[in-house]
Amino acid sequence: MTATDLGTAPVPSFDDEDEGGRKLVLICSKGSLDMAYPALVLANAALGEGIEVHIFFTFWGFEIINKKTMGDLKFVAMGNPATHMPNAVMGLPGMTAVATRMMRKQIAELDVPEVPEFLDIIHESGGHLWACRMSADMNRLTEGDLYDGVEGIISATDFMELSQGAQIIFI
Amino acid sequence: MPVVTVHDREIHLDDEGFLTDPAEWDEELARELAANIGLELTPRHLEVIAFARADQAEQGETPTLRRTTAVGGFPTKELFQLFPKKPAKKLSYVAGLQKPVGCV
Repeated sequence: MTATDLGTAPVPSFDDEDEGGRKLVLICSKGSLDMAYPALVLANAALGEGIEVHIFFTFWGFEIINKKTMGDLKFVAMGNPATHMPNAVMGLPGMTAVATRMMRKQIAELDVPEVPEFLDIIHESGGHLWACRMSADMNRLTEGDLYDGVEGIISATDFMELSQGAQIIFI
Repeated sequence: MPVVTVHDREIHLDDEGFLTDPAEWDEELARELAANIGLELTPRHLEVIAFARADQAEQGETPTLRRTTAVGGFPTKELFQLFPKKPAKKLSYVAGLQKPVGCV
């Protein structure tokens, strides 16, 4: 195809009709390093596409937004056949630290940020972070214990309201 | 592949409309591309574009948004203001680059 000016050239369809009103809700229920990243990567990608994003942290997912633990999530290789390592080895003392260090290194080599910085990016990109009321009460945590970008501690009913019409991913 | 002639120069595009050869880009073209997607370029847009083009020339691939922030030093929030909703894609389009392929 040959056109004579830019006016007849294809223009990428960025806007926005397709994504208009598209909403993604990710539920983070796990607290390990390898369960944090899928949500963070997908949330970040969705925000970069102009999609409204909410992440709801519940149960062990609180590790990702608890100021005390968010920078120090672990990867446990034992019982995970995808690591192709015998459980008898991965169950030895210190192996979780070794496996965690290896995974952190691999992630850093891809220039993918650590969890707290990743939350900063998601927050700055307009992503919404929510904490689960029951999990907060169980762990006796308040908003002060949580990452500053968390907008609130909300109930299951609140979650139903905010997730109305959303695509939901449970991790 | 579409080929368009702009100011007596041939510009090669992919089927979506992204330039396939960054060397065919200039600032005047950038302004026309920007107008196509409803943007008016400011000096700050041009700074981000300059970074993206220099980084692409060096690395061989278009920088992701994260790289534009981490290496280029442009805050994420500002990139969303300059190139609303789909900053990485809009930046690449206006900068005469292919879409970024990285996940983060």
